[in-house]
Amino acid sequence: MSTFYQLDFEKPIREIEQQIEAGEQAAKGPRPPDGAVAIDEGPSVDLAALREQRTRALERIYSQLSPGDVVRVARHPSRPQTRDYIQALCRDFAELHGDRRFGDDPAIVTGFGRIDSIKCLIVGHQKGRSTQEKIACHFGCAHPEGYRKALAKMQLAEKFGLPIVTLVDTPGAYPGLGAEQRGQAEAIAVNLREMSRLRTPIVSVVIGEGGSGGALGIAVSDRVAMLEFSWYSVISPEGCAAILWKQANEQTNNAAARALKLTARDNLELGIVDEVIREPLGGAHRDTAGAAANLKAWIVSQLQTLRQIPVDDLVKARYERFRRMGSFRQEDPETAQE
Amino acid sequence: MTQAASTRSWTELRPARKSAIPEGLWLRCPSCGQMIYRKQMEANLHVCPECSHHFRIGAVERVKQLADTGSFQPMFSNLRPTDPLRFKDLKAYAERLTAEQIRTGQNDAVLAGTCFIKGRPAMLTCLDLTFMMGSMGSVVGETITRSIESATEQGLPLVIVSCSGGARMQESGLSLMQMAKTSAALARLDDAGGLFISVLTDPTTGGVTASFAMLGDVIFAEPKALIGFAGPRVIQQTIRQELPEGFQRSEFLLQSGLVDRVVARQDLRSELARVIDYAGK
Ligand SMILES: [Zn+2]
Repeated sequence: MSTFYQLDFEKPIREIEQQIEAGEQAAKGPRPPDGAVAIDEGPSVDLAALREQRTRALERIYSQLSPGDVVRVARHPSRPQTRDYIQALCRDFAELHGDRRFGDDPAIVTGFGRIDSIKCLIVGHQKGRSTQEKIACHFGCAHPEGYRKALAKMQLAEKFGLPIVTLVDTPGAYPGLGAEQRGQAEAIAVNLREMSRLRTPIVSVVIGEGGSGGALGIAVSDRVAMLEFSWYSVISPEGCAAILWKQANEQTNNAAARALKLTARDNLELGIVDEVIREPLGGAHRDTAGAAANLKAWIVSQLQTLRQIPVDDLVKARYERFRRMGSFRQEDPETAQE
Repeated sequence: MTQAASTRSWTELRPARKSAIPEGLWLRCPSCGQMIYRKQMEANLHVCPECSHHFRIGAVERVKQLADTGSFQPMFSNLRPTDPLRFKDLKAYAERLTAEQIRTGQNDAVLAGTCFIKGRPAMLTCLDLTFMMGSMGSVVGETITRSIESATEQGLPLVIVSCSGGARMQESGLSLMQMAKTSAALARLDDAGGLFISVLTDPTTGGVTASFAMLGDVIFAEPKALIGFAGPRVIQQTIRQELPEGFQRSEFLLQSGLVDRVVARQDLRSELARVIDYAGK
């Protein structure tokens, strides 16, 4: 229960938890010798009832998060990141570094790993946990060398017949001088093209933030899922608000988050993702192991299915998966004006 | 840390200097400041006769400049945008679309078809900056994809002229998916040995740059065009320093090894024909 709180909509939960903590303290040791001696708390707090109350509050709050709140949960500082999941999912992770051209971008982690008994290549955005790591990872905003490293390792996986698992968690690709000069757009574009024809199964999960091209750059996959409280969209709500609402503030950010249809359920309805993976009660930031277990179950079942499909069919189906995306009307060519 | 978003750039790029070509007989060149005779500028492929500033042009004008006279046969022009998200910001997307369609007389921000370029048959697809900043939603993505597939099937060289603010926010995730769709189609063209020449014009940014536009076998850029992933303002806000002179312009991309040639508009037809002769089937 030592969650690091910062979300205002979790306040009611925090209040219950404080009562539970106080109750546990009281039940445990002798009362403090001085100060506010137990005034009128009664003989014992009903801990079981409080815990039940907490569960119900979590259920209630987390079943009706607004899109803006989902974005806040997706960015929760305690939310598990790629390296946390790798640790939870994999025995014997063998990290691989570098793009062989310019450098090694810590904002994208790549390496061989075993999930259950399935040998695979894992690729994921890493935002960073400590301040130092966050700065090195540019808060999960990868540079071109990150995307090129990802592709190079994915091509290794293809060569050795290993399936690929990618974990998406980025606010967007890094906007900077070096990134532009070294071809950020080209690096992402090449990944989109090459992933579409990699001759090995690819599954992706948006675990936190799925920000635009920087997210898609490692997610042209046979199956794509989202964790329940992640978001995936063409632009961040703040970016969208700044442009279309002419200013980014709490109100316009929330409006943009709603308009962009960025939640897991929205993306499922739009046909952009295939499945929503449930998170533990109250979000992955309360229970990394629980979130990892759900993630693992989905990945393993998908990989087992995909491995049965002949590779030509697999690549064809992947093409079709993206080919049909979009929404437009097609008028009768006879009546259409040229 | 700002929200690093690729597609943020499109409205920060001033709306196409459409006012730069007013209805008057004379106009002031935004680059050299000279008063120039409008008809003379237009006859010069919309390039300033004084300083060679390349004015932005729409898709119809672009096709007119590149295709042999009368050879352009439009395709896929029966596709119409919808409003799948019922998107509404300060204005509803549905209303925006209708207004843009009335204003421009076009269905969306793209024009595609077959043509001859100096006698060589080709598939020519042009984005149109005048319609919602050339942004890529489902119709643009679908038209580009069909052009690629059609070029692949018919064994035609493919020329795409880009100018765009990026993916269209009002179709959100569906716009994002057009990046994957168009790029995947280009993988098939590549597998078939087809030629794709990408022409980048002012401005080409965001999700268009980060998908098909940077995937040309050969990439041309018009002089001084703004070409990048993130928009200059987003970069400036992120790094908090002034951007160097000429940053993200065609000549900078040439120096950085990201484009093959910077080609002036007057040479574009012959340069396209030359590459088609070398690499086309
Ligand atoms: Zn001039």
